[in-house]
Amino acid sequence: MKPAVFDYLLPASLDETLTLKAQHGDDAKLLAGGQSLIAAMNFRLAQTALLLDINALTALAYVRRAEDGSLHLGALTRQRQLERDPLIAQYAPLLHEAMPHIAHPQIRNRGTLGGSLAHADPAAELPVITTALNARFKAQSTRRERWIDAADFFQGFFTTALAPDEMLTEVVLPALPPRTGTAFIEFARRRGDYALMGVAAVVTLDAQGLCEQARLVYLNAGAAPMSAARAAEQLRGQALSAETINAVSHAIDQEIDPAGNVHATIAYQRHLAQVLTKRALAKAKAVISEQLSVTS
Amino acid sequence: MPFTLTTTVNGKSYTRPVEPRLLLSDFLRHELGLSGTHVGCEHGVCGACTILYDGQAARSCLMLAVQANGHEITTVEGLAASPTELHPLQQAFHEAHGLQCGFCTPGFLMTLVPFLQENPHPTEAEIREAISGNLCRCTGYQHIVEAVKAAANNQ
Repeated sequence: MKPAVFDYLLPASLDETLTLKAQHGDDAKLLAGGQSLIAAMNFRLAQTALLLDINALTALAYVRRAEDGSLHLGALTRQRQLERDPLIAQYAPLLHEAMPHIAHPQIRNRGTLGGSLAHADPAAELPVITTALNARFKAQSTRRERWIDAADFFQGFFTTALAPDEMLTEVVLPALPPRTGTAFIEFARRRGDYALMGVAAVVTLDAQGLCEQARLVYLNAGAAPMSAARAAEQLRGQALSAETINAVSHAIDQEIDPAGNVHATIAYQRHLAQVLTKRALAKAKAVISEQLSVTS
Repeated sequence: MPFTLTTTVNGKSYTRPVEPRLLLSDFLRHELGLSGTHVGCEHGVCGACTILYDGQAARSCLMLAVQANGHEITTVEGLAASPTELHPLQQAFHEAHGLQCGFCTPGFLMTLVPFLQENPHPTEAEIREAISGNLCRCTGYQHIVEAVKAAANNQ
C-alpha cells in the first residue's frame, strides 16, 4: 500500500511542464489533485518513472465568463471551487448540480477539473457533465495547441485523446441556448460513492414548447461517457409529454452498455438508467418552465 | 533522489530529507512522531488520515510529504491549546459520546473544525453531508452528529 519509487519534479511554469512532458512522454505522469492517481499508486495499479507535480501552476486555476457567454475553466481549478463558484451556479447549473456528488468535501478540496477529465473514469461525473455540455478541451504541448470536443476526448476506460506529450490546460463550456433545462441525477448506495448509474440531461425547447434538441449522457454505462444520441433525437419536435419521456427512457437501453458490478447486476443498472432518464427529463422540463415563468 | 522538505506542522517548522514517494500520512507519523493522524484505508475512502493543508481538510494518505514543502499542516495534535485541555469540539465529542474506539476521531475532528469555521450553525443535513467522507464503525454516527450540534451551540 505504498507507491513504488519515482523521481519527482515541481515545474514552476507551463512551458517547463510541457518541455518535460515532451522529453519524457508517457514515462511522466502529471500530479494535479492526486485523488485518484495517488490512490492508484498506493495500490501500485499505477507506477511512473517521473512524477511532474503541476500544483505550482496556479495560473491554471480560474473560472471566467467570456463575452460570448461561454465559461472558461482552468484545468487546475479545484473541484471545491467549481462547486462554490457563482458563475458556474448561474451559467452552468448542470455542473453546479453535479459537484456535490463527486466524492467528499475533503476530496474536492484537492481534486481538480483537469485531473478528473484526464483520468477519464467512465464512472466519474465530470466526463459525463462536460460531454453533455458539448465542452471543448484545450490540449497543449511544445508542438502545438489544439482543441478537442468532449465527444472525441473520451476514448475508453481511462483513455483520452491526449498524446503522450500533451497536457489538458483549459475547458470551455459553451453558453446554453435560451429555453434550455438541465438535470443531473445519479444513484449511489452511499453519498459520495461511485454511482451505480447516473444521467445528465440537457434539453432545449423552441418558442412553441417543442423540443429543439436534447442530449442524454450516462455514467458507469460503458467504457466512456455513454451518449444516447438516437434516443435523444426522438425528442426533436416533440412536446415533453409523459408518453414521449416514457418512450425515450426505453429507447436509451439500446445505447448504453453497463458492465454490472458487485453492487448491481447489468439488468438493475439498465433499470436504473430508465428510471433516472424519466426523472431527469421531467426535471429539465420543470427547469425550463420555471425560467419561462420568471421571464414572462 | 531525496528531497529536502521544510514544512510547518502545528505551528512548528521542520526540515527533513524525504523520499518523494513518502506519503504525507507516513511522514507525519513516522518522521515527526505525530501518530494522532490515523491510517485506515490508504486510498482515500475512510477519512481517518484527514489533516488540514493550508487550513483545508485533505486526506494525508492521498498526498505526498513533498507536497507539504512550504505549506502549513495542522494535525489533531494541534487542536487543543495545551496538553491538559481539549479543543471545544473534542470536549463536545467527549460529552456526547461521539467516539467509542476513537480510531476515526482525529479524521472527524480535522474534517469538522474547518466546516464549523465556515458554517458555524449547520443544519443536521449539512453536518451529515460534511462527515460523509469519514467512516466510523462504532457510533452509528448519531452521537457524532449530536457532538457537532453541541459544539455549534456552545460557540
